[in-house]
Amino acid sequence: MDNNASKYWQANVRLVSILLVIWFVVSYGFGIILAEPLNAIKIGGVGLGFWFAQNGSIYVFLGLCFYYASQMNKLDKQFGVSED
Amino acid sequence: MDLSTLTYIVVGATFLLYIGIAIWARAGSTGEFYVAGKGVHPVANGMATAADWMSAASFISMAGLIAFNGYGASVFLMGWTGGYVLLAMLLAPYLRKFGKFTVPEFIGERFYSKGARLVAVICLILASVTYVIGQMKGIGVAFSRFLETSYEQGLFIGMGIVFIYAVLGGMKGITYTQIAQYIVLIFAYTIPAVFISLNITGNPLPQLGLIGTMADGSGISMMDKLDMVVTDLGFKEYSTQLMGSKLNMFVYTVSLMIGTAGLPHVIIRFFTVPKVADARSSAAWALVFIAILYTTAPAVGSMARLNLMNTIQTGPVGEATANLEYAKAPQWFYNWEKTGLLKYEDKNGDGRIQYYNDKNPEMAAKAEAFGWKGNEMTKVDRDIMVLANPEIAGLPNWVIAIVVAGGLAAALSTAAGLLLAIASAVSHDVIKGMINPDISEKGELMASRLSMVGAIALAGYFGLHPPGFAAGTVAIAFGLAASSIFPVLMMGIFNKGMNRQGAIAGMIAGISVTMFYVFQEKGILFIPGTAEILQWEGYTKSWFMGISVNAFGAIGALVNFIVAIVVSKMTAPPPQHIQDLVEDIRVPKGAGAASAH
Repeated sequence: MDNNASKYWQANVRLVSILLVIWFVVSYGFGIILAEPLNAIKIGGVGLGFWFAQNGSIYVFLGLCFYYASQMNKLDKQFGVSED
Repeated sequence: MDLSTLTYIVVGATFLLYIGIAIWARAGSTGEFYVAGKGVHPVANGMATAADWMSAASFISMAGLIAFNGYGASVFLMGWTGGYVLLAMLLAPYLRKFGKFTVPEFIGERFYSKGARLVAVICLILASVTYVIGQMKGIGVAFSRFLETSYEQGLFIGMGIVFIYAVLGGMKGITYTQIAQYIVLIFAYTIPAVFISLNITGNPLPQLGLIGTMADGSGISMMDKLDMVVTDLGFKEYSTQLMGSKLNMFVYTVSLMIGTAGLPHVIIRFFTVPKVADARSSAAWALVFIAILYTTAPAVGSMARLNLMNTIQTGPVGEATANLEYAKAPQWFYNWEKTGLLKYEDKNGDGRIQYYNDKNPEMAAKAEAFGWKGNEMTKVDRDIMVLANPEIAGLPNWVIAIVVAGGLAAALSTAAGLLLAIASAVSHDVIKGMINPDISEKGELMASRLSMVGAIALAGYFGLHPPGFAAGTVAIAFGLAASSIFPVLMMGIFNKGMNRQGAIAGMIAGISVTMFYVFQEKGILFIPGTAEILQWEGYTKSWFMGISVNAFGAIGALVNFIVAIVVSKMTAPPPQHIQDLVEDIRVPKGAGAASAH
């Protein structure tokens, strides 16, 4: 693998790893493992753990996907590997 | 206008629309048939993916699952959306860069093995066929309940519609009808949700209604009210009830997420966009369109439950007049009783309905003091929650007609996507890839159309004669996809050293342990009475750390990863041209348009 392509791949893997940590924390972390303690905090009429499990994590997933798509476009340009 | 005429008009109009699109979007080449010529706009593909993905299970069953499982049903909400994060970041862009037509084709080339391709085809067909049976059943049920046809007639009409646009248009026809179907189904889902949220909480946005306060002036939050109403009758507290154990919920969510990312009919949708960058953004758009329904569902589920409880238990628990008189029940109650999905039995002969949890000893003792003789709602099928919701909330007939059209749109769009995945695996992977590589383009197009006809006939046959396992099929499909397809796709991209031996061993090991665990509880190939053969002394259900069969796909996937890595370390690394192929799919540059080979 030439040097440029391998640096591009490393940057990609780093980005994905960070985003997947967030993905894990909001769903498995806030929504399941820490649901009870978080439920002590209320968002409107429901506990925060419950809210993350049923609504909040989905909003975060959306943000992650769009952020990933835009960051990858930047990386593509920066390393000169974009399609156009 | 009466309900059935109105429903005929609305459903008929949507069907005409689908057929019109089919005639406009005929496929003229294999590229158009398999991947819509790779010319679909990423937002349009996102919408089509959402319709492809959201089946009768999402539309009809999920809100009911949430209504009766409360917090425990979060596994479906997170599992069926979180998988898109994995799909967007780990699979879709790379598989689009690879630029071929099917999932087994990637597995076959990446692992330089027809054997691997064949194993992948078998896994794909197992997962897709089990999934499509559920859709066919949904179509038959919706027709027979609302259009007063027989179940069989309904099924044949549904098959006929899919036949027209899937055989004629392939992926191209399916894509554009799915876009229309998405629009129908999302309106059908959100309109009643808005009305119900407005009724109960005064907030038109269901997502805000979920966290809002009751509109009855009590100042109490909707969720606290619901928790109170259900616990008063001995049911588990809605906002904290678990599905199995916490560990089971965790593993179940993993299973659904990686199963989602590994389902071939969803993956091939990302082959239809022009560029790698489009595949990334298209996955994000798909999630937007899915999230509109998925963030609405918790409000629909909780408020439907509250409505149902309040309809039957009209006042304080224990007061003699606080239970609904059967003779004064609303019309929907009798309508659904006729279908057998709702059952009432007047156990204490007082002419009123007592609906409570008689399995809860504390509640049972209290109930005895009230003169109750057991729970009288002997059946409340969870699937009626969405379909009956507009009636329970007293919404006008046109809303009900739209909901029926929406349920049919959800089932038809998913069925078409699955049928295409099956047909292209047969015509492209088996016929062209293995039996007759020299087949002409025209010949392959004909073969793919015939495979589609065959797949529709097969699905119709299983719809008419549902095998015993039909009930648990969707969960099984996820387990199969999670334990076989997702791990090899991911390792094919992220682990350059993964070789043929590792991939094949991993797939077989993953799917085998999953099927073993499932068959041990449900019977070998779901044949009743055969489960005992696999059980040992002292076997108990969910013996492995309390993990249920539906959640076991995650364990199968873990086995797949471990076996594949160990075997690949002990055998020869993949040849240089394969390592070059992996490096090539990792960068977007050079992704061409549709290429047959």
